[in-house]
Amino acid sequence: MSTDTILSFEEAMEKYDPVLGFEVHVELNTRTKMFSSAPNVFGDEPNTNVNEVDLGMPGVLPVVNRTAVESSIKIGLALNCKIAESCRFARKNYFYPDTPKNFQTSQYDEPIAYDGYLDVELEDGTVFRVEIERAHMEEDAGKLTHMGGATGRIHGADFSLVDYNRAGVPLVEIVTKPIQGAGSRAPELAKAYVAAVREIVKNLGVSDARMERGNVRCDANVSLRPHGRERFGIRSETKNVNSLRAVEHAVRYEIQRHAAVLEAGEPVIQETRHWHEDTRTTTSGRAKSDADDYRYFPEPDLVPVVPSREWVEELRASLPEPPAERRKRLKADWGYSDLEFRDVVNAGVLDEIEETIAAGASASVARKWWMGEIVGRAKAADVDPGQLGVQPATIVELATMVEDGKINNKMASQVLDGVLAGEGTPAEIVEKRGLAVVSDDGPLLEAIDAALAAQPDVADKIRGGKVQAIGAIVGGVMKATRGQADAGRVRELILEKLGVTA
Amino acid sequence: MTEQNTAAESLIRLSAAQLAEKLRAREVTAVEVTRAHLDRIAEVDGGERGVNAFLHVNAGEALAVAAEVDAIRAAGGPEADALHYLAGVPVAVKDLIVTIGQPTTAGSKILEGWHSPYDATVVERLRAAKMPILGKTNLDEFAMGSSTEHSAYGPTRNPWDLNRIPGGSGGGSAAAVAAFEAPLALGTDTGGSIRQPGAVTGTVGVKPTYGSVSRYGAIAMASSLDQIGPVSRTVLDSALLHQVIGGHDDRDSTSLPDPLEDLVAAAKTGNIEGLRIGIIKELHGEGYQAGVENRFNESLDLLREAGAHIVEVSCPNFQYALGAYYLIMPSEASSNLAKFDGVRYGLRVLPEEGPMTIERVMGATRAAGFGDEVKRRIILGTYALSAGYYDAYYGSAQKVRTLVQRDFDAAFTVADVLISPTAPTTAFRLGEKLDDPLAMYLNDVATIPANLAGVPGLSLPGGLADEDGLPVGIQLLAPAREDARLYRVGAVLEALLEAKWGGPLLAQAPSLVELVETAAAPALETQEAK
Repeated sequence: MSTDTILSFEEAMEKYDPVLGFEVHVELNTRTKMFSSAPNVFGDEPNTNVNEVDLGMPGVLPVVNRTAVESSIKIGLALNCKIAESCRFARKNYFYPDTPKNFQTSQYDEPIAYDGYLDVELEDGTVFRVEIERAHMEEDAGKLTHMGGATGRIHGADFSLVDYNRAGVPLVEIVTKPIQGAGSRAPELAKAYVAAVREIVKNLGVSDARMERGNVRCDANVSLRPHGRERFGIRSETKNVNSLRAVEHAVRYEIQRHAAVLEAGEPVIQETRHWHEDTRTTTSGRAKSDADDYRYFPEPDLVPVVPSREWVEELRASLPEPPAERRKRLKADWGYSDLEFRDVVNAGVLDEIEETIAAGASASVARKWWMGEIVGRAKAADVDPGQLGVQPATIVELATMVEDGKINNKMASQVLDGVLAGEGTPAEIVEKRGLAVVSDDGPLLEAIDAALAAQPDVADKIRGGKVQAIGAIVGGVMKATRGQADAGRVRELILEKLGVTA
Repeated sequence: MTEQNTAAESLIRLSAAQLAEKLRAREVTAVEVTRAHLDRIAEVDGGERGVNAFLHVNAGEALAVAAEVDAIRAAGGPEADALHYLAGVPVAVKDLIVTIGQPTTAGSKILEGWHSPYDATVVERLRAAKMPILGKTNLDEFAMGSSTEHSAYGPTRNPWDLNRIPGGSGGGSAAAVAAFEAPLALGTDTGGSIRQPGAVTGTVGVKPTYGSVSRYGAIAMASSLDQIGPVSRTVLDSALLHQVIGGHDDRDSTSLPDPLEDLVAAAKTGNIEGLRIGIIKELHGEGYQAGVENRFNESLDLLREAGAHIVEVSCPNFQYALGAYYLIMPSEASSNLAKFDGVRYGLRVLPEEGPMTIERVMGATRAAGFGDEVKRRIILGTYALSAGYYDAYYGSAQKVRTLVQRDFDAAFTVADVLISPTAPTTAFRLGEKLDDPLAMYLNDVATIPANLAGVPGLSLPGGLADEDGLPVGIQLLAPAREDARLYRVGAVLEALLEAKWGGPLLAQAPSLVELVETAAAPALETQEAK
């Protein structure tokens, strides 16, 4: 699909300094829409959550959703922004059938929140401060589905279907200032920034924050400049990069593409780019220039939003614990080492481990399962760990089975595969697959005798008090029973047999 | 004339207040009242030389509502006692205001046949008061015009002279009331669309304080200027209707939170002793027809005799008001009318040739569905809002708007109410200014400042111009939220003038039935024909 040449990332970094910028759209989970009383619900039958306002019927007027304003202020405060004493909406005029009024009601020069920052923690613990330019309120457009044609885009389609359920859903758009100085960590920072924003809005409870549903959508701006130059290069804007991994990949790809263009002595074109998850490349959208004239003007059907200082302070006082502080607390509660905890954070399974512990697992068991079993599987499936669909209760059930000696760890791992394959609950799978630890001591004792006889020197060591040498005997027994034995019980029996107390 | 005809003829000549009293006294039924007006509409509105005030007549529903009122009143008891004062008094609604059960066209081809799925707030309030809705009245397309000639459904004629315009954009509502087809009507006023038709048809029209009547369901032309208001033959009647439709509405963010002072009581005050009335220096004299000036001065004399202090005020920035208005109004209109694209409702026109893309369907629909004046204003507004021009046009116009507001503020420190002629001339001839948009726009020079400042204005008949025998309007203006002052002064002036004339001005209007049947009216030229 793409014919763009790219430079290797290392070479690009050698010659150029990347500058990033992000526009993250957050869909708020208010009960009703931004300007109408229609329900704000995802996934219903098309065009059912609409009323005359959402459809842009003649004569209708918008009314601002107070809860959406409240959520926007919370987001602004969580991003360390100033909250406007008074701010207006504007109309952004353009003709497109997903926009029922043929203008979008959005804040333009008077955002509700501005001048903030977010401290973003990278994988190695480095903290990078991203300056926030503004967070403003607007309404989402309807959803177009282009039928026929090969690309799923409007060009070449036979016809298009439009669902206005999403039209008027409240959005907060968070815009960063240009992010400089990230260097070769730019792709990593991109991912970490979007993850941090997502974490914040989820933590505030103002958005469902599900990227796969489009609750959090990212437009990534990238430009390059030769090292040492002050002036920014021409930027591209890659639209709708809608997973954390994609954000990282898209920024990386655009850096490589820009570098190749600049190396060839060509000018970078200021344009929007489309992200393709399958090829992990971008393609040219439309050229963006001053020709885009949205004819913004203050929305005359709305009065200014004037959040009282008392209200803002009330909201500030009611904000939940910020994610960074929460991490500090969890690390202490769970007793993980620095390295263990960072691995958990980087693997993106903090929430999952917290939920698993809440469901009854110990901190170490929860970590062992997520980090030891699930993260690897997610990587293989190329999805985020949380998206694999492993329920905390499943892990608790598996861990309990292991603890009770019903199955061993190796089996538990097989059962997890079964759960992920949709074969049923852990108990059902154990039953179906005939997995059970050999707990009849008869065959075990036989195997133990054989193992002790095979390694008499080890047996002597154990008798002599070197209990840690027992692993070799246990290993022999496990081998002989093809892993069906309960290792814990085997250990007990060996010690018993040798007359040693552990 | 049969006895029954005479009875009906006398019913339609009663004011809304008189009808309400007769209904309460059970001297007449609401069905009789409603039927008398429907008969009048049938008699004078249709046909080649009819008034053409109505685009849709809502006979069935109106009679059903009237019958319901009669039944409640006949049954007596608490439900009868709870009936609104105006229950059973019919009303006409400008076709810019959406109604369930009747088409709403906005005078445009682009909405031909469209039925609203919801009622405007003011219509809900008419229904709550059980006022039979006679039908939807004609207007300049999307309320853009001062003569009703820009209606896609043919112009309305002035009942005083069928060859003349009834004003605009609300010519239909004003003509319906002047022609005794309805005792009351609703209009909308963005730059004078209630007051100027009132002036040229010898009726009363009020543009309330911006935000005092909900705009929910009025198809927007310029959101920051539009306001729904009453049209009637007497000042008291307008106060009565204003009170029905006014008050806060959660669905209109610009709606004022608190109710206005009692307007009906204000209309019944009957005394203006010591009140300071300011003549606006810039809104009379040069450019105003002699007959208009004469009637204006006569009203000033009457007010002075009634004990008012007449003072002169200067509003120097009013000279820029028309220019600012013709930037702000089209700017907002260009955006408000963007929704008419053939995608979701209304007319859809497919391009005759070439690819069938959404942009081309929208283009073909708008090209075929909008008339020339609408296109002119959309183009003007799109230009004024464009990057690089915004500050010079829209931005400057907003500054002028602030200056106009300051002029009003200053004037209202020395005067309680301001006064001017409503329009510079009496009704002009159909077609006379159709090809000269600027001349047409100048009709609104005296009415526009009130819209820019959001203050209320009332026009009432001030007599007939000597040179052409056509009605002249007197405009009263008050500070925002002080609509009551307009009714107080208006009712006093009305009483003084009627005492002078020996009855209502409209009693001097020619017999419409004869005119409609015999006048050699020219064939009407519609926009489509041009």
